[in-house]
Amino acid sequence: MTVPVLEAKGISRMFGHVRALDNAHFDIYPGEVVALIGDNGAGKSTLVKALSGNLAIDSGEILFDGEPVQFTSPNQASALGIETVHQDLALAPHLDPVQNMYLGREIMQDGIGKLFGFMKTAEMREKSRIAFDELGATVRSLTLPVGSMSGGQRQAIAIARAVSWANRVVFLDEPTAALGVRQTKNVLETIRRVRDKGIAVVFISHSMPHVMEVSDRVQVLRLGASAATLTTSKTSMEELVGLMTGASTKGIS
Amino acid sequence: MSDTKIDESGPETTLIDLRNAERGGAVRRLLRAQSFQILLVLLVIVAIFSAIAPDYFAQLSNFRLIVQNASILAVIGVGMTFIIITSGIDLSVGSVLVFSGVVAAMVMRAIGGDGWGVAFIGIVVAILSGLAWGILNGVLIAKAKVPPLIVTLGSMGMALGFAQILTGGIDIREAPAVLSDVIGYGNVLGTVPVLSVIALVIVVIGAIVLHYTRFGRYTYAVGSSEEASRRVGVKVDRHLIKVYALSGALSGFAGILSLAQFNTTAIAGQSTTNLNVIAAVVIGGTSLFGGLGTIFGTVVGLFIPAVLQNGFVITGVQPFWQQVAVGAVLIVAVYVDQARRSSALRGGQSTSSLWRRLVTRSPK
Repeated sequence: MTVPVLEAKGISRMFGHVRALDNAHFDIYPGEVVALIGDNGAGKSTLVKALSGNLAIDSGEILFDGEPVQFTSPNQASALGIETVHQDLALAPHLDPVQNMYLGREIMQDGIGKLFGFMKTAEMREKSRIAFDELGATVRSLTLPVGSMSGGQRQAIAIARAVSWANRVVFLDEPTAALGVRQTKNVLETIRRVRDKGIAVVFISHSMPHVMEVSDRVQVLRLGASAATLTTSKTSMEELVGLMTGASTKGIS
Repeated sequence: MSDTKIDESGPETTLIDLRNAERGGAVRRLLRAQSFQILLVLLVIVAIFSAIAPDYFAQLSNFRLIVQNASILAVIGVGMTFIIITSGIDLSVGSVLVFSGVVAAMVMRAIGGDGWGVAFIGIVVAILSGLAWGILNGVLIAKAKVPPLIVTLGSMGMALGFAQILTGGIDIREAPAVLSDVIGYGNVLGTVPVLSVIALVIVVIGAIVLHYTRFGRYTYAVGSSEEASRRVGVKVDRHLIKVYALSGALSGFAGILSLAQFNTTAIAGQSTTNLNVIAAVVIGGTSLFGGLGTIFGTVVGLFIPAVLQNGFVITGVQPFWQQVAVGAVLIVAVYVDQARRSSALRGGQSTSSLWRRLVTRSPK
């Protein structure tokens, strides 16, 4: 078996007296969709923050390509090709899709233009268009502010941005939570396309049908600890819900 | 753009209306921009006064006077536009102007002489004095997280206080002759005031920086969503400090321009400068909530009060009406901004027409 692109070994994190993560394990291989599920407060967000460089851990080890890494900032994770799409999407509503796509990563002009801070606007627009096309993202306009667009379109822009910068791992925090049926279908389709590019996708969701539909494996968190790791094709929604709530303990090693 | 709306039930392919953007979209957006609509308001006001008093108001010499009087405010307005786009505010501009003028005047008096050498030193000193206040404002806002309103209210009092301490409250009425002869009263091409040319250069540079550079892009981004900017790696704190530093430096430069124009530090003369500039920026369509705005709008916003004041004096209306009119324009401008914002939140058109907003109540 190949080496996991990202692996967490026995990581713990306390917030005051609350043990948000308690010896949790997680691993994901290239070109795989792993669903991360758990009840509210199970530690999903904390785990994602730890793995994307947004949060320091108290103990345990994070491995990237089998090598131990210590994340001190999100930029460091970005440099390794790890991107996160947060629930609030982190888009600037007054900027258009292209400006959001390249925010913080603008392509600058060469030579004297760069000195004065001028950007290559046409090139950024063209590359954004290609990135949206590649994902089949429904983006109505490249020149309107994203704040005027629907939730589905914004989600598509945020995912396209993450995917075009991440070449290894993408975290999607509840990407379907606020979406209608059609937009949800689009997002799930997008996840498959990203996976087919060889990128590992971590899919956090409360929606069991979506988890069953799109994931290859499911990792269940309960009370900050890893409750189970299951292959999606060999499990059922009932079993997953049981593991999340603690009604079932099957799969715990 | 309701006519370009794409059917939601259409095929799930990428629908990018690049064509629409090219085909008249830019023109239509210009027509819908608040700054352009404010320009129409300005033109109407000019037309009315011109009709009433063609012999006095509609004269080149009168327009020249209006432009000259607005020049110093325009310099400050450039910095204020950047700040308000970041959803901040700078109340200290008038006091910083006075402080910088005082410090520059004292330095120039100490050196003595009427040549360009001493004038140049004065200009540099004034800019640096303003820059220092701007950096102080920026650091307190970005790092100490004190709200901009409070920080700049504090520095407004402090800068004016220091200016009075330095001078004992007595205006300095000396400046190198070249300053007032060339910058203060000089003309280019016979009739264009040098002061206004300087202001125009700063306005043009400010507009280019705001709309075409990364610095400008980050200014909009920080005002639009500080959190989103931070997450994608924009150094928000540093950018805010730079923006307040810019405003401070421009206020400092305005201090030396004021000294050149009036030949006095006019310590007591700038108490409402901050509010006048903020009103102009807001009338010009820049949102107090950040993320939206143009330098062009600010310039137009400056001329509305200036033209009203001038026109009322010429037509014999009590000039106090100017304050009433400007107040009303200001409230309407902010109302339009609010309506636009709440419409955008509901997913509606974010560029809806000013007239439609005022004439019809938008359906909830």
